[in-house]
Amino acid sequence: MSDKIILKAEHITKKFPASEGRTLIACNDINLAVYQGKTLGIVGESGCGKSTFVKMIVNALKPTEGKMIYEGQDITKLKGEKLRRMRPEIQMVFQDPGTAFHPKMKVMDIVTEPLMNFGLIKRSQKEDKARELLRLVELPEDYIYRFPHSMSGGQRQRVGIARALALEPKIIVCDEATSALDVSVQDRIIELLVRLQREKGISYVFICHDVALVQSLAHQVAVMYLGNVVEVLPGSEVGTNARHPYTQALLGAIFSTKMDFTKKNESIESEAPSSLNTPPGCPFQNRCSQCREICKKERPILKKISEGHEAACHMLQGV
Amino acid sequence: MDLLNMKNITVSYGKNALPSVENFNLDMKEGQIVSIVGESGSGKTTVIRSVLGLLPGNGRVEQGDILFRGNSLLNLNKEQWKELRGSEISMIFQDSGAMINPIRRIGDQFVEYIRTHQKMPKKEAWAKAADMLTRMNLPHSDNIMKSYPFQLSGGMRQRVGIAMAMTFQPKLLLADEPTSALDVTTQAQIVRQFMELREQYGTSMIIVTHNIGVAAYMADQLLVMKNGKIVDAGTRDSVIKHPASDYTKNLLAAVPELEGKRYV
Amino acid sequence: MQKKQNIFMKNKMFTIYLILAVGIILIAVFAPQIATHDPSEALLTNALKSPSREHLFGTDKLGRDMFSRVIYGTRASLPAAFALVGIIFAVGSLLGIIAGYFGGWIDSVLMRLADMMVAFPGMVLAIAVAGILGASISNAVIAIALVSWTKYARMARSLVLKMKGDDYVEAARVTGSTNPHILFRYMLPSVIPTLIVTASTDIGGMMLELAGLSFLGFGARPPIPEWGLMLSEGRSYMQNAPWVMIFPGLAILIVVAVFNLLGDSLRDVLDPRCDD
Repeated sequence: MSDKIILKAEHITKKFPASEGRTLIACNDINLAVYQGKTLGIVGESGCGKSTFVKMIVNALKPTEGKMIYEGQDITKLKGEKLRRMRPEIQMVFQDPGTAFHPKMKVMDIVTEPLMNFGLIKRSQKEDKARELLRLVELPEDYIYRFPHSMSGGQRQRVGIARALALEPKIIVCDEATSALDVSVQDRIIELLVRLQREKGISYVFICHDVALVQSLAHQVAVMYLGNVVEVLPGSEVGTNARHPYTQALLGAIFSTKMDFTKKNESIESEAPSSLNTPPGCPFQNRCSQCREICKKERPILKKISEGHEAACHMLQGV
Repeated sequence: MDLLNMKNITVSYGKNALPSVENFNLDMKEGQIVSIVGESGSGKTTVIRSVLGLLPGNGRVEQGDILFRGNSLLNLNKEQWKELRGSEISMIFQDSGAMINPIRRIGDQFVEYIRTHQKMPKKEAWAKAADMLTRMNLPHSDNIMKSYPFQLSGGMRQRVGIAMAMTFQPKLLLADEPTSALDVTTQAQIVRQFMELREQYGTSMIIVTHNIGVAAYMADQLLVMKNGKIVDAGTRDSVIKHPASDYTKNLLAAVPELEGKRYV
Repeated sequence: MQKKQNIFMKNKMFTIYLILAVGIILIAVFAPQIATHDPSEALLTNALKSPSREHLFGTDKLGRDMFSRVIYGTRASLPAAFALVGIIFAVGSLLGIIAGYFGGWIDSVLMRLADMMVAFPGMVLAIAVAGILGASISNAVIAIALVSWTKYARMARSLVLKMKGDDYVEAARVTGSTNPHILFRYMLPSVIPTLIVTASTDIGGMMLELAGLSFLGFGARPPIPEWGLMLSEGRSYMQNAPWVMIFPGLAILIVVAVFNLLGDSLRDVLDPRCDD
């Protein structure tokens, strides 16, 4: 596997107009890179802008400012047929497998629809292709005649993955793809995704609110808070090397079966402010124990802490 | 005397349906926290609903007995339930926002709740409600009382739910996935709130959750359920460190951990 | 086939109304066989005869057989009502789906147009349009269609707006579905059942409006045997020859009631909540 960048977000900002002339800043100047064959995990709590960000990757939303560079071109500027022609490159797996499919379509039609859309197979080839896709996601082949609503959550999510794979995309965006599932099912779905990545060299953008899960499957983890990326680091270093106070707060809030139960859980008090009135300066200032004068005035930018590790905090020394 | 005994309980929905809960046993002492862990469809919610006589639809306890401080809960009439619910045993749901009326102010509903259980003037009930909110670490309680549910965050709504459930200092608090709809940092705060409740009021609790980490952290007794049956039960350490069933072993292995399995 | 039988067995009321409605349609088809006289054969000597064995419903002021005229009346009313509902159903839902799906200026233009239409009292506008176009059944259909399509457009639009944000529609877009594909494969099938129920309950109402226009002289012209027109022609003889009004009135009542009930029971059949 290479370290080739396949998708690059440059200064992506998304603002939504809100009531009384205010603006909601869902994403604030985001710079991230997706590497070929690797997983970029994005972790953060509700309202941190992670879902808005991936909607811009799959072109369901247009950014207010910034570029999304895929193979040398800014895909956010594409329109109409050009945009449609680019879609096979980036596919998506949805959070809720209960709502992600047309309720009246059979599995066979669901997983082959992407191929039919681009005229890549003939009607007569649908059945064979559907069987092949189900084999790929480890579902029994005769499920092609079923409706998703007669299947379990995990099976449906496999159908969702099969649909995303149909066009052989370079990137698959997973929006909380396992959050609706039980942990044992989640485990098997992740195993499947990782196997597919190894075999096909797919890149994932994996959104998740569970930092323990995301670090276990992502090569690179970006932590988002209130529309900002506050830390980027290798997944394997999240448990040991996270430096930003918010990342540490997330880690402190984990309940693990391996933790010392006699110790009190260390997590921060209070809640994130609304993204409608983000304070100037550091977005995390009002919940941070190390908050200084400068944090209230100046927004910290991502600084390189070590190789592949960046954090946006005034209290940290860059190299 | 034990606070709650569930003896060989079997619950099913409909006559010919398979039982949702089978041969469930639990003895809990005052001040204990019991966690029930299980995946969807394991029957864990049915268990706590049966304690409060709140089985939905045609759910029925077919077999066994539930004793609260030695008295059976299975044949109570409406009046007796009214006395018990809220004041002796109360319940918290996954999203307390869903059980409060979205178009009425928090305060009005809280006051009404207090006055249905205990006769007192409105002003006094209002003060009591505001006091409960403050105790649940909700500062500016008067502001919250004047708010509508949608104006509060999920964590605040859950605290309001806990405040209402704790108003009459029940002996037993039943919580159905109380933190599942919350963000992780908020979840940690709510868990801490539960632990403080026990310290301050000695409240016993049954927590139902799919999050085995939260369950283990809170529990004195930990029960693991699968398909309506208990597959593991015992003290927290015995279940976590020496699980008896393969199911629990697999479950523990599947939970993502910082220092656990890495997929890549 | 098995499934079809079940639908009829499970929904007895629907089956009954369906049989009645089909019966009415058959009457229209076989009117020449059923009618005892030529409906336009006027014999002034026979004017205003009361019902008898020869003339079951009596005769009108020109001596035409009322029974035959009422039977032939189905031929004037049913096709007009069906055509009318068909037009507003097709035009309204198409425009509504387009407005809802594409949004933006298309939506604004279409919906403001619809607002304009409902800003007038419907019947008055229809009378004005029919007055301008001249009185005839087809002009009455056009006039009523102009003011009635908005209901379907609004309904289709709101259904589409609700669906547009759904995951599975977004998924369709991400997997490269074209707009026409999403419109016909996703939007249309979800919108149609609700609109069909509305359309079937509308048939009766539309028939009434058409009869109303004819009654006022903006619809069917004599000598066409149209029920509204027959009522209008007969109203001056109500005192001494009540049958000239009673039978066309009853015909309207029965037909409108049957189609309304059919629409209502169709709602129960198509209601997704009863779907298993």
